[in-house]
Amino acid sequence: MAVTGTNQSPPALSATAHDGDDSLPVVLIHRFPTFTGSLFPSLPTHFRLLDLLTTDASNLQSATAILCVGPPPPVTPEFLDRFPSLKIVVCSSVGVDHVDLPECRRRGIVVTNAGSAFAEDVADYAVALLIDVLRRVSAADRYVRAGSWPVKGDYPLGSKVSGKRVGILGLGRIGSAIATRLAAFGCQIRYSSRKEKPSLPFAFYKTALDLAANSDVLIACCALTDETFHVINGEVMTVLGKRGVIINVGRGSLVDEKELVEFLLRGDLGGAGLDVFEDEPHVPKELFALDNVVLSPHSAVVTPESIGTLQDVVIGNLKAFFAGQPLISPVID
Amino acid sequence: MESIAVLMTKPIYSYLQAELEKRFKVLKLWEAQDGSRFLQDQNQIIRAVVSDGGTGLSPELMAALPKLEIVSSFSVGMDKIDLGKCKEKGIRVSNTPDVLTDDVADLAIGLTLAVLRKLPASDRYVRSGMWKKGDFKLGTKFSGKSVGIVGLGRIGQAIATRAEAFGCKISYHSRTPKPESSNYTYYPSVVDLAAHSDILVVACALTNETRHIINREVIDALGPRGVLVNIARGATVDEPELVSALVEGRLGGAGLDVFENEPNVPEQLIELDEKVVLAPHAGSGTEETRKGMADLVVGNLVAHFEGKELLTPVV
Repeated sequence: MAVTGTNQSPPALSATAHDGDDSLPVVLIHRFPTFTGSLFPSLPTHFRLLDLLTTDASNLQSATAILCVGPPPPVTPEFLDRFPSLKIVVCSSVGVDHVDLPECRRRGIVVTNAGSAFAEDVADYAVALLIDVLRRVSAADRYVRAGSWPVKGDYPLGSKVSGKRVGILGLGRIGSAIATRLAAFGCQIRYSSRKEKPSLPFAFYKTALDLAANSDVLIACCALTDETFHVINGEVMTVLGKRGVIINVGRGSLVDEKELVEFLLRGDLGGAGLDVFEDEPHVPKELFALDNVVLSPHSAVVTPESIGTLQDVVIGNLKAFFAGQPLISPVID
Repeated sequence: MESIAVLMTKPIYSYLQAELEKRFKVLKLWEAQDGSRFLQDQNQIIRAVVSDGGTGLSPELMAALPKLEIVSSFSVGMDKIDLGKCKEKGIRVSNTPDVLTDDVADLAIGLTLAVLRKLPASDRYVRSGMWKKGDFKLGTKFSGKSVGIVGLGRIGQAIATRAEAFGCKISYHSRTPKPESSNYTYYPSVVDLAAHSDILVVACALTNETRHIINREVIDALGPRGVLVNIARGATVDEPELVSALVEGRLGGAGLDVFENEPNVPEQLIELDEKVVLAPHAGSGTEETRKGMADLVVGNLVAHFEGKELLTPVV
């Protein structure tokens, strides 16, 4: 999401309970000053929301719960030092790479994410990007709109989606949902993941390199960690080959973006569908001229339908926390 | 067989032409200075025609070729060939079913996703540098939506199988209900199908019965949040009605691979660049599939001239 600096006092969040009901449990809202989106409309019914950027310091001492909206600034040890009573960080995204998980664990702070609220939407989007790249849906749409069809004739042939060998990096909720969808296209699904999942009927490869050697398409949908940083690097791209396609709906830094651009410009990679980038909202300009690349502004996640589900997950996690019940979507490291 | 004269009505696909030239004497109608004169000169030797879905075999051409034995079409669609007349005259007709089923179904889903999730518009947004100024607007979810399919033939079924994997509820309309598809809801009326669908996909053959089967009534039933996807033939949809419904907001969106007057696309559809995704009749447009289609065209001709059963006969 776009983040631009501002030196004025942060714009107010809507739906923050100013005269909050004192009987409701307190939840601190953590955000960038530029995030002014309306919060989940049902939140103030259940909790007294205090905006970290504007609330009194006294409230920070006793607060036990923080809700991140945004994405927010990173949750670092220095940040956590401000909240001696903190017990839970509730995130409204699937990716929690902005949270120092080992530090939270050390302090006994539990972290929750969006769970499966977005899994279907992200999976749908990954499939959408794949079909678009292979069948040139966006490029052909441009072609027709430019008036080229009557003048230049048929659009050049694309590449068949059905039956392709699809390698999925990360077989969590999102990866599994992608696998189910593409299996119905007759794609041959294989995957790489931290742990093998023997109950699933897909071939497992220990490394991204082995996966790439046995795939026509790589779909990156795993968490961004120290281990997965630039997991799709030049070596993997070389092995994937000149007709290989990379789809990234995880985090920009799963892919070595500089290498990716070089490979695409040289024609050493068949194409790419990218929803995430290493330095959003900046996208390498060299990609703009390529018809075998589809670019999207980190939108895989969001549809109105999923925002409703996300609200349920956020409220569910907070209510469970305050009631001492099992959480809905704890992040287990 | 090299002496058998096969007429190609237009340049279709270089691989197809090359394969035909390996086996037959290929006459190219589009290279003739004077088409009718050319046909007059050659009409005693032309025994086969190779054409595509959009051109077919015109009545004039059929009349000009007294020795015509077979039309081998580089398409699955037969709407530009008078099949009844061919049968009457003993002219065989073959098409290219099955090899293109997957590609067309893939594109149907691809267009649906592109419309609902606003993919081409998002791509334009990023390429124009707009992302730095703010987020793009939301699309809508595909998974779990109701998909209505008009025509549950090979392609319609392949679309249904894919949509099911997204948790979509499948219903359909066809000439008669299909007992083997009892898990899908059958609607005898297209209007009712539209009324119960979020996304309506046209996948039927173009015949006298299905011309403009998607009319104003159907479009209104689909509604302001409904999406129409057409990978069949342009003429199955009343195009001016479709255009005004989209312009007026009575229909939510459309993904179109075919049009009533290809390669011309109504200007208003070009202007509606967020709710409409346009494709230049690319349903079977992959290297893999076109090669498969070409092999079938050639294979049918070879079978015919060897006195064997046609591979994929229509007549």
